[in-house]
Amino acid sequence: MPEIALTVRNKVGLHARPAALFVQTAKRFSCDIKVTHDEREANAKSILNVLTLGANQGAVLTIHAEGDEAEQALAALEALVEDNFGEEE
Amino acid sequence: MKTLQGIAASRGIAIGPAFHFQRADLSFERCTVEDPAAEWARCQAALETAREQLADVCAKAEAESGEEQAVIFQAHALMLEDPELLEAVQTAIEEQCTNAESALSDAAEMYAQMLEALDNEYLSARAADVRDVATRVLRILLGVAESPTAGLAIPSIVLARDLTPSDTVLLDKSLVLGFCTAEGGATSHTAILARGLGLPAIVGTGPDILDTPAGATLVLDGSDGTLLVEPDKETVARCRARQAAAATVLTQARQVAHEPAVTHDGHRVEVVANVGNVEGAQAALEAGAEGVGLFRTEFLYLERSCLPDEEEQYRAYRAVVDVFGDQLVILRTLDIGGDKHLPYLDLPREMNPFLGLRAIRLCLARPELFRPQLRAALRAGAGRHLKLMFPMVATVAEVRAARAALEECRAELLAEGQPVAEEMEVGIMVEIPAAALLADHLAAEVDFFSIGTNDLSQYTLAADRTNASVAALADAFHPAVLRLVRDVIAAAHAQGKWVGLCGELAGEPLAIPILLGLGLDEFSMTPPAIPLAKQVIRALTLDEAREVAQAVLELDSAGAVRALVHERVPAANVE
Repeated sequence: MPEIALTVRNKVGLHARPAALFVQTAKRFSCDIKVTHDEREANAKSILNVLTLGANQGAVLTIHAEGDEAEQALAALEALVEDNFGEEE
Repeated sequence: MKTLQGIAASRGIAIGPAFHFQRADLSFERCTVEDPAAEWARCQAALETAREQLADVCAKAEAESGEEQAVIFQAHALMLEDPELLEAVQTAIEEQCTNAESALSDAAEMYAQMLEALDNEYLSARAADVRDVATRVLRILLGVAESPTAGLAIPSIVLARDLTPSDTVLLDKSLVLGFCTAEGGATSHTAILARGLGLPAIVGTGPDILDTPAGATLVLDGSDGTLLVEPDKETVARCRARQAAAATVLTQARQVAHEPAVTHDGHRVEVVANVGNVEGAQAALEAGAEGVGLFRTEFLYLERSCLPDEEEQYRAYRAVVDVFGDQLVILRTLDIGGDKHLPYLDLPREMNPFLGLRAIRLCLARPELFRPQLRAALRAGAGRHLKLMFPMVATVAEVRAARAALEECRAELLAEGQPVAEEMEVGIMVEIPAAALLADHLAAEVDFFSIGTNDLSQYTLAADRTNASVAALADAFHPAVLRLVRDVIAAAHAQGKWVGLCGELAGEPLAIPILLGLGLDEFSMTPPAIPLAKQVIRALTLDEAREVAQAVLELDSAGAVRALVHERVPAANVE
C-alpha cells in the first residue's frame, strides 16, 4: 500500500484554506485516503476529520492511499503540501 | 398610545413603522421515526437545499466582500458534504430511527466539541462554523425563514431583544431609521453602532417592546429614551416638527463644524475623534475633528490568521497620521484580551476577561506582540504629530515598563538608521479606579491622560457593560465616576499635564457642561457627534459650566445629574 510522509510548513498549519484545499484535492480521487498525525487518523476527504487532527506548522503527516489511482492521489497531495498550499511563505 | 421608557443611547428622533428583528426559533423535539428510509431522504433533500443556498451565498460573498469571506463559505460547503459527518447522521437515522433534526445536530455538536477541545484557538473557533452549518440545515428541516431581516423592505425602526455585531451586519442600514432594544446599556453594541451611524437609539426598555405589533407607527426619541407606540396624529405631527427643527440645528452645526470650539467667554478646548482606521479618519476630518484623540489599533489584528508585521502596521499608522497632517493623532497600543478571538495568539480563555490579562498587561507579557507595534508607531511618528497612549494602566510600574520598552525600541531603530519620531508624547488611558485614585503619581510619569469613561464606569460600579442585566448600572453620569474624573483632571493640571476624555461621555451634550466645568482640555468622540458638541461648547461660558459641575458632584445618582443639567443648561438639550 503506497504511503508518504510530509511536513506542513505553512504558517497557520493544516487549517482554514489549506485544509479545504487538501480535502478538495483528496476528493478528486476515488481511492480511500487516510492521514495520520500524532496517532490520530483522519479520512482525507472529511474536512471535519482533517481539522480535528490539529496539525500545526511543523506537523508531520503520514498519508496512505488504497484503491484506484492511489499513487496519483498521493502525488497530488504531496505536490500541494510541498508547494505550501500555494502560499508565499 | 403607549409610552415605553428606556435608556437614551443615541440622540435624535425617528418616526416610522416597527420591524421585529427576531432570531429564528430552531427548537425541535427529539423523537424516533417509523420510516427511517424516508427520514434519511428528507434529510438528504434538506442537505441538498443547503448546498444550493451556500453556493449562492458563496458567489455573493466572493463578489461583495472578497476571497476571505468566500473561503469561510467554501469550508461550510465541504462540511455539508463531509463523508464522516453524513455517515454519522445516516447511521443515527437508519439504525436508531432518530429524527433528522436530532441526528444532524448531535453529529455536528460532537464535531464542534472535538474542535473546541483542541489546544488551538483557531481550530476551536471553527466549532462555530460546524454549528452554523448545522443551523442552516435545521432551518430548512424546520421550514424557518433564512434571514431574521427578511421582510425589512421599507425604512423602519428595528426592535430586538438585543443585537450582536453579527446581527447588525445583516441589516441593510439604509432601511434602518433607528434602533430600540429590550436589553443593553448605554455602551452596548447597539448603542455604539447607532452613534457611529448617527441613528437614534434607545436600549434597555424591557421586554414589552417585543409585543409591539409589527408595522405599528413608532416615535423613538433617542435623547430622552422614550418610545411612543401608535401615537395620535397630533403627537406625530409635533414630533415631525421637532425632528425638522433638530435637522435644522444639525445642518447649522455642520456648517460651522470646522470652526474651533470656543466658549462664549473665550476658552478654547480641542474637539477630536475616536477612529479605527484610515476611512474613519477621513470621515472624522470631514465631520470637523481637530485631530484624533483615540486611534484604536485593534482592527489590524482582528479577523486574520497571523500577527500584522511591523511594516504593515507602519503603513496603516502612517496613513491615518497623514490624514491629519500636523494635527495631533493619539495612537492607543493594542487593547485586547481574553474576550476576543485572536487565533494566532493562543490566548487562554478567562473566567473574567475584563479583569484579566488584557491590553497593556498582555503587551508587557508578550514582547513579540508589543515591540513591533512600538517600532511601527515610532517610525510612523517621524516628522509628524503622533502621540502614544497605553490602555488599562493600573500601576506606576506598568507605565515605567512600557516606557522602557518604547525607549529600547527607539534606540534599536536609531542604531538601524531608521527615521523615528524625535519627541513622542506618551500618555495613559485612565480607566481603572486605581489609576484615577493614584493620578498624582501617574501624572509624574506621563505627558497626558486620556480618561476612558466606558471602562472606568464599569470598573467603578462593578457592572459588566456587556451583561444586559447590569449594564445600565455602568453609567458614566454616576457621581462616583464624575468625582474620579474631577480628581484625575485636578491631579494632572497640578503638574502641568493636559487631560482628554475618549469615552462615549465626551460626545454627550448633557455631559459637556460638566466636563468643561471640571477643566477637561480635550473631548474625543465618535465623528457624527462632533458638530453638535462644538455648538454646545460655544453656547456656554466657563463660569456657568463650573457651577454646573460643582452642583452635580454633590448629587447622589446618575438620573439626578442628568436632570440638573437638563434643567440648568438649555443649550445642552439638543436632539
